[in-house]
Amino acid sequence: MQKYSHTRATLALAKASFRSIMRSPSAVVFTLAFPLIFILVFGFLGGSGTKVDVALAPHSDLQNPIVGALDKMPIVKLSKNDSQENINKKLEKGEYDALITVEKNPAGRPAYITHVKYTSASLDKGNILKSLLNELSYELNMQHVQPTVTEIRATTVTGRAYHYIDFLLPGQLGFSLLSTGVFGTAFVFFSLRQNLVIKRFFATPVKRSSIVLGEAIARIGFALIGAVVIILIGHYFFNFTLINGAITVIDMLILAFFGVVVFMGFGFVVSGLAKNESTIPPISNIITLPQFLLSGTFFSIDAFPTWLQPISRALPLTHLNDAMRKVAFEGAGLWDVKHQLLILLLWGIGIYAVAVKTFKWE
Amino acid sequence: MEKNKPIISVSNLVKNYDDFKAVKGLSFEVYENEIFGLLGPNGAGKTTTLEIIETLRSKTSGEVVVDGYSVDAQANAIKSIIGVQLQAAGYYPNLNLVELLELFGGLYGVAVNPMQMLEKVNLQDKAKAKYKALSGGQKQRFSIATTLINSPKIIFLDEPTTGLDPQARRNLWDLITEIRNQGTTVVITTHYMDEAEQLCDRVAFVENGQIIALDTPDRLIDNLIASGFERKKEVKKANLEDVFIQLTGKEWRE
Repeated sequence: MQKYSHTRATLALAKASFRSIMRSPSAVVFTLAFPLIFILVFGFLGGSGTKVDVALAPHSDLQNPIVGALDKMPIVKLSKNDSQENINKKLEKGEYDALITVEKNPAGRPAYITHVKYTSASLDKGNILKSLLNELSYELNMQHVQPTVTEIRATTVTGRAYHYIDFLLPGQLGFSLLSTGVFGTAFVFFSLRQNLVIKRFFATPVKRSSIVLGEAIARIGFALIGAVVIILIGHYFFNFTLINGAITVIDMLILAFFGVVVFMGFGFVVSGLAKNESTIPPISNIITLPQFLLSGTFFSIDAFPTWLQPISRALPLTHLNDAMRKVAFEGAGLWDVKHQLLILLLWGIGIYAVAVKTFKWE
Repeated sequence: MEKNKPIISVSNLVKNYDDFKAVKGLSFEVYENEIFGLLGPNGAGKTTTLEIIETLRSKTSGEVVVDGYSVDAQANAIKSIIGVQLQAAGYYPNLNLVELLELFGGLYGVAVNPMQMLEKVNLQDKAKAKYKALSGGQKQRFSIATTLINSPKIIFLDEPTTGLDPQARRNLWDLITEIRNQGTTVVITTHYMDEAEQLCDRVAFVENGQIIALDTPDRLIDNLIASGFERKKEVKKANLEDVFIQLTGKEWRE
């Protein structure tokens, strides 16, 4: 009889598990669909930047330089044909940020008088408009006048344009890895145990380590394929910056590998703690949701209140996201994010220590 | 075939779960190429005993030797020469029957022709079906197919016919007999005495963690009659199950 091959058994399990994952709708939805939908929605929201909605009073004279200049400003969205009643309603709701009326001055000089009505429903955008108008009036008034004190000549250094997608995509990638790692691992090991699939495996010469390793290979493989898809879609459709091209992708995948291994540790713990199938989602959510919200998935954690920041900085996903952004946008090498990797490693050691204690085979 | 050569010997097997004594000093032998039945009520210790022999459960004390291998020292050698069907076991989710058999081929480390295996249990039409989509009888036949992957010397079937209709049950008996006729020893547990009587060469009655009788079904019945037992009702030449089979046909439908 030929010698029993543990590698072969492990690979057979990996193949089976991978097939199973690919056919599991929840795995595909959590790993690919959700992150991509978030990227789509927030990518477009973020890409358009700030807009100031300004209503022009009905029956206004459109042939004046003020309206002409406002029309040319990309940041201002000018609505010209709304009724007074509508405008008032929308001002109250903050759907319009301001109402502008331009009148010819019968007295002659200045040629026009511009009335602006702001709304308390949208003060911050009102303020943006205020400074836009100040600048505009200054420019229009100064057109034929030599400045007496100073003229400001501003230039902008050409840098790498940082799009919101450069922030958003690494966060979504982290979230994808987190849910694949936690939910996937927890559900699979729980159901294999519950349905006596593992027990049936034990009646074959397969080793326990082969079962865990086979599952891990399949899940990590799936997570990394998901990561490649997200990165490529982000790059080609949303202009996600990959500063060093393919090298950056490989570095990101190495980071993703560390991330998903750590997150799978949480999954093992959950599968051990869960008493029945319906307790898996709540326990998994306790692990994933806070990280989803607090780890800088959508917004930089610098925007959080100071008391919250230390909590954010303790979470593994924060550091994975951080490292991903540094690698992808700043072109940092893996050695440059060693601090983040070290924290992930500490989480990994901690969680697997717990997993060994809580994991159940039967 | 040489008769009465033991392939499994169990002696003084004891299994305690905390305070509960599930198995209290069982001893028996299973002969090569027989169909051996472990009978008894639920909770009598049948499944525990089977699982100890199958190396799935540790024993408290006693000796179990399977084809010359001890369960303590050579569990893996035993695993590779036995096939195991568990009560109510499921299979890897989302895979079809062919893929499941391939997986088991990998786990046993043997080359497997899934279609051939399915043919043995008459499931070739269901090759692309998921295990969950099978009927009760088909599930049991598939489970038996997975026990045959490593061409085992012994297969263990734990209540394979529970919950099946009479046709499916008979069909399974034929399959089990066929497997035995090809040289495999079969150890089976069941609650159905007609099944044990038809199928088993020898049966052991387990009650309360002990064996209270062990012999061929014929001799056990003869002994009972010899002790003066008589059925209250005159036995007719057929029973209600025969009527059922006559009326609905022997054909197996699913």
